[in-house]
Amino acid sequence: MSRFRKEGKKETPELNMGSMSDIIFMFLFFFMVITTMREASLKVHFQPPQATEIQKLEKKSLVANIYIGAPISKNENTLPPGEVSVQLNDQTIKAEDLVGDVRDFIGTEKESRDAQDRDRLTFSLKVDKDVQMRYVNTIKQELRKNNALKINYAAGKKVVN
Amino acid sequence: MSKRKTPGLNTGAMSDISFLLLTFFLLTSSINTEQGIPRKLPPPKTEDAKDVKVDINKRNVLNVLVNFRDEISVNGDVIMVSDLKARAKEFFANPSNDPSLPEKVSKPIEGIGDFQVSKGVVSLTNDQGTSYNMYVQVQNELQRAVNELRNETALQYFGKKFDALDSAAQRAVSTAIPMSISEAPPMDYSNNGAK
Repeated sequence: MSRFRKEGKKETPELNMGSMSDIIFMFLFFFMVITTMREASLKVHFQPPQATEIQKLEKKSLVANIYIGAPISKNENTLPPGEVSVQLNDQTIKAEDLVGDVRDFIGTEKESRDAQDRDRLTFSLKVDKDVQMRYVNTIKQELRKNNALKINYAAGKKVVN
Repeated sequence: MSKRKTPGLNTGAMSDISFLLLTFFLLTSSINTEQGIPRKLPPPKTEDAKDVKVDINKRNVLNVLVNFRDEISVNGDVIMVSDLKARAKEFFANPSNDPSLPEKVSKPIEGIGDFQVSKGVVSLTNDQGTSYNMYVQVQNELQRAVNELRNETALQYFGKKFDALDSAAQRAVSTAIPMSISEAPPMDYSNNGAK
């Protein structure tokens, strides 16, 4: 009897947890590398349309975003005639400043890139799927006037059964 | 002095900290890969260039109209989005050299040889009241038609799908099957037109 009890009391050896943190750190670095922090908080509702023929953009640093959608809060600036805002950087723009603001936005985005990257700068139009084309057309016209010709219609991947 | 064994550090809490960081990054980050349909806008109009009406043969143009009710008409026929791809594909390929479909010109292409390149152009007109979703769907279907044709051509000449080709071959196939969409200025019927 006493022999059995002796064996039962044997302590389990402590697990070495040191390598556990290594594994977790590896995960951590993986996520840190593949993610980019959203640089501006969204002021408009944005739900991209779904499409099948989408392509990935080459380089994230060469993308400038223009958001168009219904404003989340009521005191955002909207464009006539309806309830749609255009967000550049972290602000929604006023209808009367539209031309100047878009020009400045394109100018600063181009200037912040190296000279050889300027032609590869893509303007990604992140437009909510319920927005009417009139707002998109206005922005496209401004982009064209300012020689920002590479654009991208942001879209989600449609799952085809 | 006798060699004393250093007591083992308790590193269990370390993993807690890194777990905390991990969850923080998991929650704050969104793996939003930048993806979408890339397009090129036409260069801005220069002052001195007048509106030159380029005389394009009627058979070489596919008129795609999208109205404010998101209905599509192609050369006068009202169709569904799901039929648009087939129409566009037939238009670009013109396999039976139909006289009502676009003509082709023989063009020497590096890596392929002489290829019958279609002169067809899709003219896309949308209404100011068209929804963005429909606009993207139309662009997507047109892109799908071209992509399928490119895949077929790539398989025929290079034995591989378009995506698997090297960049020189991709350029050759893209020249053989050009993506030609011209966007007309939008119309506006939704405000003062029929109710």
